Amino acid sequence: MVEFALPKNSKIREGKTWAAPAGARRVRTFRVYRWSPDDDANPRVDTFHVDLDGCGPMVLDALIKIKTEIDPTLTFRRSCREGVCGSCAMNIDGTNTLACTKYTDEVKGDVKVYPLPHMEVVKDLVPDLNHAYAQLASIEPWLKTDTPAPDRERLQSPEDRKKLDGLYECILCFSCSASCPSYWWNGSRYLGPAVLLQAYRWIADSRDERTGERLDQLEDPFRLYRCHTILNCTKTCPKGLNPAKVIGELKMLMMQRQG
Amino acid sequence: MSLRTPLARARGLGIGHHGTHHWWAERLSALALVPLVPWFAISLARLTGADHATVVAWLGRPLNTVLTLLLIGALFHHAQHGVQVVIEDYVHSHARKLAAQLAVKAATAVFGVAAAFAVLKVALGG
Repeated sequence: MVEFALPKNSKIREGKTWAAPAGARRVRTFRVYRWSPDDDANPRVDTFHVDLDGCGPMVLDALIKIKTEIDPTLTFRRSCREGVCGSCAMNIDGTNTLACTKYTDEVKGDVKVYPLPHMEVVKDLVPDLNHAYAQLASIEPWLKTDTPAPDRERLQSPEDRKKLDGLYECILCFSCSASCPSYWWNGSRYLGPAVLLQAYRWIADSRDERTGERLDQLEDPFRLYRCHTILNCTKTCPKGLNPAKVIGELKMLMMQRQG
Repeated sequence: MSLRTPLARARGLGIGHHGTHHWWAERLSALALVPLVPWFAISLARLTGADHATVVAWLGRPLNTVLTLLLIGALFHHAQHGVQVVIEDYVHSHARKLAAQLAVKAATAVFGVAAAFAVLKVALGG
């Protein structure tokens, strides 16, 4: 059966508390999930009282301040700090999003920071994305043609190029897949919204010649049809994309070629 | 611990070659239920307090017999498809999944045929 309760060694305990420095005026409380593979301890939630004076406005700025000034062992991924790399996807205030584009001010009360839900944790806020990346590789996200390559660029009309809007912007942060209950319960076989959006990105590309083959690869009760239109993916997407609509388009194409 | 590569695990046993038909059948039966369920509910509400003979006469009218049979067909078809998806979602051991699927198929078949038989018996005056 699906595991609804956490196993004993995953129960989250109360962790350490770091007080704000004396004289701090603009203090916010960050409650951050911690777990390390290096000891046998259960995960814990540490409390950091952070002085936001001299700190940038985003949750990522606060995390970097914590790592630099309070606890250097705090582990998280980040790179571009402007919402284009997808590295700092995590669960902030109950919603999967990018720490670098989430304003601390948007959060009321304590700022709760957890890793992406239902992913294996490597350490602290770092989820193991190996399976999700392998699923992405499995849909072969590159242009496939049989016609010999032309001597120049492959042409695409402006109308056809428009069909890629809302698809090409995906930065593969996997916030959507990690928000999807179907992906939580059946992630081993269900491709999840992020990978299905990528699959559609190549199906919708007028230059690709393997559309039917790509649809064949989705004709499966689990890979595609675990989507029950829950819409968490669309609600959570930090780039404002609509994976649920895309999955609907995929189902329509599957129907269209049947009769 | 498995030493298979992540890609091998992602590909798993490959594609099942079906899914669209099931998805469509579930929606089609849902569509059929949209007019049938309110019709049946309103009809039953109107028959509140009626005696046995009146209800038998109502069910015996050809239109009512046919619509009730269609309702039974669509309802049990839809129920079987729907519960199958729920089981696929939540039951992961192959043996238990198979047992649950067989039980649901048997139950919907038995209850569906029994319901249809009851309607026909009343309608045809058995």
